[in-house]
Amino acid sequence: MHWQGFCAWVLPGVPMPDVAPRITEPEKFDGPEVLPVSGRELVVERDGRKLVDGAALTIDQPGVTALMGPNGAGKSLLLRLLAGLIAPDHGTVTWAGTAPDRLRASRVGLVFHRPVMLRRTALANVAFALKVSGVARVERHDRALAALASGGLEHLAASPARVLSGGEQQRLSLVRALAPGPQALLLDEPTANLDPGSTLAIEDLIVRSAEAGMRILLVTHDPAQAQRLADRIAFMHDGQVEAPVSADSFFNEPASAKASAFVAGRLVL
Amino acid sequence: MDDLSGAFAQAFRLIAGFDPDLLEIVTLSLQVSLSAVIVAGLIGLPAGAAVAVMRFPGRAVVIAVMNAMMGLPPVVAGLAVYLMLSRAGPLGDWGLLYTPSAMVIAQTVLVAPIIAALTRQAIEDLHGDYDEQLRAFGIGRSGMITTLLWEARVGLFTVLLAGFGRAIAEVGAVIMVGGNINHVTRVMTTAIALETSKGALELALGLGIVLLVIVLGVNALAGLLRMGVAGRAHA
Ligand SMILES: Nc1ncnc2c1ncn2[C@@H]1O[C@H](COP(=O)(O)OP(=O)(O)OP(=O)(O)O)[C@@H](O)[C@H]1O
Ligand SMILES: [Mg+2]
Repeated sequence: MHWQGFCAWVLPGVPMPDVAPRITEPEKFDGPEVLPVSGRELVVERDGRKLVDGAALTIDQPGVTALMGPNGAGKSLLLRLLAGLIAPDHGTVTWAGTAPDRLRASRVGLVFHRPVMLRRTALANVAFALKVSGVARVERHDRALAALASGGLEHLAASPARVLSGGEQQRLSLVRALAPGPQALLLDEPTANLDPGSTLAIEDLIVRSAEAGMRILLVTHDPAQAQRLADRIAFMHDGQVEAPVSADSFFNEPASAKASAFVAGRLVL
Repeated sequence: MDDLSGAFAQAFRLIAGFDPDLLEIVTLSLQVSLSAVIVAGLIGLPAGAAVAVMRFPGRAVVIAVMNAMMGLPPVVAGLAVYLMLSRAGPLGDWGLLYTPSAMVIAQTVLVAPIIAALTRQAIEDLHGDYDEQLRAFGIGRSGMITTLLWEARVGLFTVLLAGFGRAIAEVGAVIMVGGNINHVTRVMTTAIALETSKGALELALGLGIVLLVIVLGVNALAGLLRMGVAGRAHA
């Protein structure tokens, strides 16, 4: 191997030319149908404990559905079930009526609570997601750059993703999930630990994506954020999900005793 | 004592003067061991990564065998390859016994399990962190394997270096299947053994110094890479 090539191989992250972004709005892309994303009678059991206990949730209507509930309620597990990453012990998850499959995986975006960055540049992280979702090589660079720009991250395109700050990584992780053009987006506390500015940037991206027609399920512990963003709120506790209601009625006239205790800050598991 | 210092002086003269015999032996050693590491890498990297990523019945046994094979005694590997390549052996028709190819095969047999076992360990650690994210992208099994190999590239390069160090310093297997034939299959280790037994210390010492420099250099490089990895958050 030529030695320069060898260096690029061992030490990725060589500076890249700064190219001005052309698009700053999230784009809509065509692809296979995954709506509605639906989970029915879901049960996940570990060591005799029912972590998810008959939960049902369907993501179909446009806009943002907030999923709220106490720590340990099973929210993150439910997201992984809906994304097809773990199989339920009972019940079914369907995308547009059929079982989740790998070819449609990028159409159901999932942003993990803790970002997992590949050992490459921010730009290459986005380009990688595009590659896996089947985007042709010639389009990847421009589309990845456009995606970064939509999240205000274009100045970090050439930075190794793993040296970015926690907040930048969380933004990058959202941008990376958005890039392939998902129909449904599952977000697990995307603004936890973020400063107000980064929170605003992420909320802005969520709002614009919802306006572009994306169906978003947002796990959040922040009532103010739920009120700002959510068209409806589903309450989860003890592995079960209550039917989604409007944000107003969730906070002002909770449908169940548990929900009202949660809203009042009195529900502890 | 005079003999010894004389031999050292002569050895350095051989090295500094690029003695043709010494150069030929060193070159063949490098060719054989580099080839063996490349072939062993082509086998061991994907095999180790596949075992790390896949779940199948008997997986624990495969891992145990892979780990055990790391300690394969070189003479036993040499014997096995000898039996395969000898006239009466299943691959006897290939006529490879006592050629550099036979030595490449023997070293590959020694090194591939080391690379596979260390790769399995490295990839399994990464797999735990990356599995769900990569599957959320929609990646398939082969994509998962190649992506994780790439993510682990710096660590895996040090694994290849370790394999090379083992191959080039090995004597038992290559002497059995190579035969230590002058100008044909004589490598550093076998030449050192032979020259020493003949009492011709100059060439033995010269080769010994070269071998030492190569092995220490390889280990130092591996150590530097590991330190570099630790110091770089993204690597
Ligand atoms: N792989 C697992 N094995 C055993 N228990 C698990 C596993 N994954 C999750 N759990 C348990 O399942 C329960 C639900 O976990 P989950 O992460 O879904 O909660 P959550 O609602 O997201 O909580 P938080 O608000 O703290 O993020 C927890 O009690 C957790 O300990
Ligand atoms: Mg959670």
